[in-house]
Amino acid sequence: MVPWFYLAGKMVIGSSKKVVADQIEEVRRICALVVDDDPLVRRIHGMLLARYGLETEAAENGKEAVDLFLSGKTFDLVLMDMEMPVMDGLQATQRLRGMGVSSMIVGVTARGLEAEKEAFMATGLDACWVKPLNAEAIISVLDELAKKLL
Amino acid sequence: MEGHQLQHQAACMRKALFDQGYLDDQFLQLEDLEDEANPNFVEEVVKLYYSDSARFIRNIELTLDKNPFDFEKLDDIMHQFKGSSSSIGAKKLKTECTQFQEYCKIGNFEGCMRTFQEVKQEHAVLKKKLESYFQLARQAR
Repeated sequence: MVPWFYLAGKMVIGSSKKVVADQIEEVRRICALVVDDDPLVRRIHGMLLARYGLETEAAENGKEAVDLFLSGKTFDLVLMDMEMPVMDGLQATQRLRGMGVSSMIVGVTARGLEAEKEAFMATGLDACWVKPLNAEAIISVLDELAKKLL
Repeated sequence: MEGHQLQHQAACMRKALFDQGYLDDQFLQLEDLEDEANPNFVEEVVKLYYSDSARFIRNIELTLDKNPFDFEKLDDIMHQFKGSSSSIGAKKLKTECTQFQEYCKIGNFEGCMRTFQEVKQEHAVLKKKLESYFQLARQAR
């Protein structure tokens, strides 16, 4: 798969990092945070994002995600599970938006109930998908992320 | 057995898992993520699923042993288990989990007990089938 790069204000799809890097001074990989208490989902979603060239980190619950941002880390994209122990996705999203985090936050939920998705969206999500995400969903998310970053 | 015979046998076994309704498209999604850097990704994910899902089954057993019945808690645990099972494309298992949740919603204890046995059986059957398939697939490479 061709990796995506964020480069001097543009989303760049480069067949070769060297070719792209030769043309510009600074190359940054898109960074994503996968927040889910299910290790299986963290592995699968992390792999899906890595397949499209993103650097990924993982957090087991909303509090870990918030703590990562508080430590100074930044992420372009957050995949936020709705139901988690310690701090769920709704609380974590509200907290992150309250901190001024402008990353793209995409909610993922195992429940497809519209009322629950709407409540989750109302906390400040950019989108909400039913999990597990597939390649089509990831591409859709990355298309939106590209628009946001450009 | 020659290499191409093993490959054919593995392909047939794989096809049967889909034809007999054990697996759905999510399994294909996992296969698509395998590459040279991660040649055993699917097997790795399935192993992770089975090591993790044991605790869901244990928690349901413990909750079913308690009196009075906590249908809400049972539904919650089964919901998580169903989500995990969906992640590996376990189609039949997902259906049994849904049936269990239906019985939880109407507070049917016997239905829950009966369906939970089906869940455990499907969980074990799929494990055996996938283990056999992965072993054959490895031999066929």
